[in-house]
Amino acid sequence: MISVQNLHKSFRDKVVLQGIDLEILEGETLAIIGRSGSGKSVLMKHIIGLLQPDSGRVTVDGVDINAISYADLRRIRQNFGVLFQGGALFDSMSSFDNVAFPLRTFTSMTETEINRVVMECLEMVELPGVQTKMPSELSGGMQKRVALARAVALKPRYILYDEPTSGLDPETSTTIDELIQSLSDQLNVTSIVVTHDMHSVLNIADKAAFVHEGKMHWAGTIAELHESDDQILRRFVKANEYLIGK
Amino acid sequence: MKTHSSGFHPSVLILYAKKLILDPIHSFGRYSQLLFRAFGAVPEFGTYRKNLWEQMIHVGIDSMPIVMLAAAFSGAVTTVQTSYQLVSPLIPKSIIGSIVVPSMVLELGAVVTGFILAGRVGARIAAELGTMRVTEQIDAIEAMGLNSIGYLIVPRVIAGIVMFPVLYIAACFVGIGGGMLVGHIGGFVSIGEFVDGAREYFQPFDPIFGMIKCLVFGFIITSVSCFKGYYTRGGAEGVGKATTEAAVASCVFLLLADLVLAATLL
Repeated sequence: MISVQNLHKSFRDKVVLQGIDLEILEGETLAIIGRSGSGKSVLMKHIIGLLQPDSGRVTVDGVDINAISYADLRRIRQNFGVLFQGGALFDSMSSFDNVAFPLRTFTSMTETEINRVVMECLEMVELPGVQTKMPSELSGGMQKRVALARAVALKPRYILYDEPTSGLDPETSTTIDELIQSLSDQLNVTSIVVTHDMHSVLNIADKAAFVHEGKMHWAGTIAELHESDDQILRRFVKANEYLIGK
Repeated sequence: MKTHSSGFHPSVLILYAKKLILDPIHSFGRYSQLLFRAFGAVPEFGTYRKNLWEQMIHVGIDSMPIVMLAAAFSGAVTTVQTSYQLVSPLIPKSIIGSIVVPSMVLELGAVVTGFILAGRVGARIAAELGTMRVTEQIDAIEAMGLNSIGYLIVPRVIAGIVMFPVLYIAACFVGIGGGMLVGHIGGFVSIGEFVDGAREYFQPFDPIFGMIKCLVFGFIITSVSCFKGYYTRGGAEGVGKATTEAAVASCVFLLLADLVLAATLL
C-alpha cells in the first residue's frame, strides 16, 4: 500500500503541493487527474522518491521513503515500474537493450533468459519485431509501448504512468489504455496513472483523485465521479466530455 | 519604487551581488555534493563496469587523432619560433631541443590536450547528460533503483583521470617528434643536436609534474562537465547553455589549476 500524508512542496516561490493526502490500495488502479500544472507529476515523483517533500510523508508498504537511506530507497524503487511522459528510453540503446537494461542490471539471468523475457515483454505491448530499432526510429506511441515493456520487465508490484496518452492520436491512446488495463489484470499490479485524459480514466481506473491548485480536491470511485456534484470537478470533467462522447 | 538620485536602484546591486557571490557559492556547494556522492558510488564497480570501458574509448581512443595532430603542430611551431628567436652564431642550435622538449613535457603536452578535451569531451559529456536530464532518462535510471551518479558520472570521471595521462604521453612524443622533424626538414637543427639539447637540460621531475597535471586536468574537465550536464534545466536551450558552460568552465579551471600546480610544485 502507498500512503501520502499532508505533502507540501514548493519550488522557490512557487507553491505546487499544499497538503496532499492519498491512499493507494494493493491491486487497484488509481487515476490522479487535474489540469496541466496542478502538481500531478510532482506528486508522482514524490511517490517514488525522485523529489523530496518540504513536509509530509510518503510511505510504501509502511516504510517512510524519505526517512530511509539512499540504498534502501533504491531497493524499494525496484518494486516500481515507471512510464515517463516522453517514454525516457535510453536513446543510445536499441529497443531490445532498453527492455533488457533492468534485467541485466538487477538480475543474474543469462542472455538466453534475458532474450526470452524481452521478447515476452515486447509481445505483451504488441510490438514484436522492433527489438533492433533505436528509439529515434520509433513513433511516439511505439516509444511509449517499448518504455512500458521496460517498466514491466522486472514484474514490479507498482506501476506509475505519467501522462501515458498525452501527445498520442485517439487510436494509439486507446491501445495504450488497453495495454494498461491488460497489464493490470495479467500482472495484478497496483497502478497509478497521472493524466488529464478523462477517456483514459473511465477506461482503466478503479478510483480517481482530483488535484486542484496543489490540493487533493476530490477522491472517490469512478461511479462516485459520475455522480459527484462538485462544481470544480464537474467543470474539469465537462471540459473532457466532447472527447468521451457524453 | 524609490531610486537613488544617481538613478541607480539598490536592487540592481543586490542582483549583481547574488550573481557574482551567492550563485558561485551555491554552484560550488552543489558541485561538492555531487562529488561526495560520486566518491560514495566508486565502490559499486558493478554499476559502471561496462560504461567505464565505453567512456575510456570515448575519452581516450576517440580523442587520440586530434590530440596528436594538435601536439605535432605545437611541437613544430615551438621549434620554428625558438629557432627564429635564438638565431645567433653564439648560441648552439641544441638549445632548440632544450626548449622544445621541456615546453612540451611541462606545459604544452598537458594544456593543449586539456583544451582539446575540454572542447571535445567536456562538451560531449555535458550535452549527453543534459539531454538525458531533460528527457527524463536520468529520472528513469533513478526510478529503476540504480544510482544515476554511479552509473553516469563515476565512469566518466575515472575515464578522464585514466585516459588523460595516456593522451598526454602520446602528445609529448608526437609533439617532440614533430618539433624534431620540422627542425630537421627546415634546416633549423639536426636531429642529433636536438636530442643533445633535450638530454642536457632534462629534469626527471618534469614528466612527473606533467603526469600530476594530467590527473588534475582529467578530473577537472570530466567532473565539471558532468556537473553542468547532470543539473541541466530546461529543454534544448538548457542543454546548449550547459554544453557551452562546461567547455568554458573546464578551460578556466584548467588554467587556474595549471597556475596553482606550477606555483606549488615547481
